[in-house]
Parts: sequence; C-alpha cells; structure tokens
Amino acid sequence: MGPDLTWYLAVAAFLFAIGTLGVMLRRSPLIILLSIEIMLNGANLAFISFSRHHAEMDGQIFALTVMAVAASEVVVGLGLIVAVHRRRLELDVDKLSTLRG
Amino acid sequence: MGNFLVWVVWIVAAFACLGSGAAVVSFTNPFYSALALIGNLGSLAVLYLLLSAEFVAAAQVLVYAGAVMVMFLFVIAYLGRDADAPWAGGPSWQALGAVAAAGALMVEIVVVIGLKASGRLTEAPYVGAGFGSPYEIGKLFLTDHLLAFEITSIVLLAAAVGGVVLGTQARDPEPDHPSNSLLQGDVPLR
Repeated sequence: MGPDLTWYLAVAAFLFAIGTLGVMLRRSPLIILLSIEIMLNGANLAFISFSRHHAEMDGQIFALTVMAVAASEVVVGLGLIVAVHRRRLELDVDKLSTLRG
Repeated sequence: MGNFLVWVVWIVAAFACLGSGAAVVSFTNPFYSALALIGNLGSLAVLYLLLSAEFVAAAQVLVYAGAVMVMFLFVIAYLGRDADAPWAGGPSWQALGAVAAAGALMVEIVVVIGLKASGRLTEAPYVGAGFGSPYEIGKLFLTDHLLAFEITSIVLLAAAVGGVVLGTQARDPEPDHPSNSLLQGDVPLR
C-alpha cells in the first residue's frame, strides 16, 4: 500500500498551479506553450489517479485523448510562433497586441 | 518492505516532477526549460506506472518526451534566443498578481478536493494485472470510446494540415500572392 490518492491529487494541483504561474508570468510564447503542457499534465495525472481509484479505465482513455490534443496544440502553436518570427516580430506576448489583447 | 519502496519511488518522482516544473517556469533560456519539461514528463511517467497505467506511461515517454519535445527543441534551436527573465527588475505588480492568482487556484483545488472527498480517497480497490495494459486500452478504444478515437484522428489530421499551412506561408513571404493573405495582410501588424 503506497501513497493514497490524495497525495497524487496534491501533486496534480501543484503542477496545475505551476503551469498557471508560467502562463501568467512569462512573456515568451515558447515558454507559455511549455507551461500549458505542464497544466495539461497536471490534469492528466488527476485523471489517471481517479481512474486507478475507481478501477475504471475510462480516465486513462481520456488521458490518452488529452495527449493527442496536446500534440496537435503544440503543432499549431509552434507553427504560429515560427510564422510570427518570420514576420520579424518580437517574440513577446505583451508586444503582439494587434488584436488589442 | 515493498510498501517502503513504493513510498521512496513516489517521493523521488513527485519531487522531481514539481522541481522540474518550477525549473521550466523559471529558466531564462528556453532550451533549458524544454529539457526540464522532458524531466517533468519522465517523472510523471513514473507516477503513472505507480498508478498501474502502463500503457499511458509508455505513451507519455514515446509521444510526449519523445516526439513533442523533439519538435519543441527544433523550434527553440531555430529561433535561438533568450526569453524574458521571469524576475527581472524586482517583483512587479503583474508578477505578484500572477503568484497570488496561481496560489489561490491551488488552494481552491486542494480545498475542494479536501471538502468533497476527504476520507473517501484513502483506499484504492484491487485491480487485476490487465488494468492499464495495451490490450484493455485498445478494447475500450474500439468499443466504448470509438467516437473519441475517430475524432482524435480528425483532430490530428487538422493539426497536421494547419502546421503545414502555417509553415509554408511563413517560408514564402510574398505580399502580392493571394495564398499569403492569411498572415500577410495589407495592414502591418504593429
């Protein structure tokens, strides 16, 4: 009997908070993408913990789907970053304010 | 003895996971951040193994720490520059607000879990050897979750096409060409 579900959920909450912090704190879009990956992985850890706790494998299925969606998101995000870089714009989300964000 | 070993593995993996996550957020060089994220994903795979999710752990290492991170490292090597320093110029109001919001989010998650589920999460039921195996995962994907499986393939196809479209338009910046109108509008972006 190892650590119970609460510990895993605490790690998942910590990971999600670290990812949120990175998204809000950093201005480089590359590191924001990396932080979003951390948030997704925190959610995945919660899914898999609950899947183990209920002895149902649906949570693992959802985690695999999240993984595929994360891969797609990375492809599109990196494509956008490269396109921004090709237009000689600075890679800083505070300065990419055409849409007045 | 086995119990003790599980705890040791869990503590090492969890602290490696959280430490490398903090490293991703705090490194100035994005290359180091990406390398730290590989460590983060690897230690998460260990946690998945402890939760008897073998196939997900293997997919995590292969797909995430392998393929996705190689893509990241290529793009970072191509762009090749330092990112912003997260704590440059002392703590600003923006940084303090970000820390406060992230802390509030974490406290919120912990409190909700503690209120709703404390005392009911202690005992994990026994699972057989097939739990989390590729056979069981494949069976679930092709029976109960067939729709999710098919939609995932469409999402991946759309992402691949979108990546190619973005990449070719970035490579060929001719403003007069009509196919470049998506990213090459008449109005300058700044």
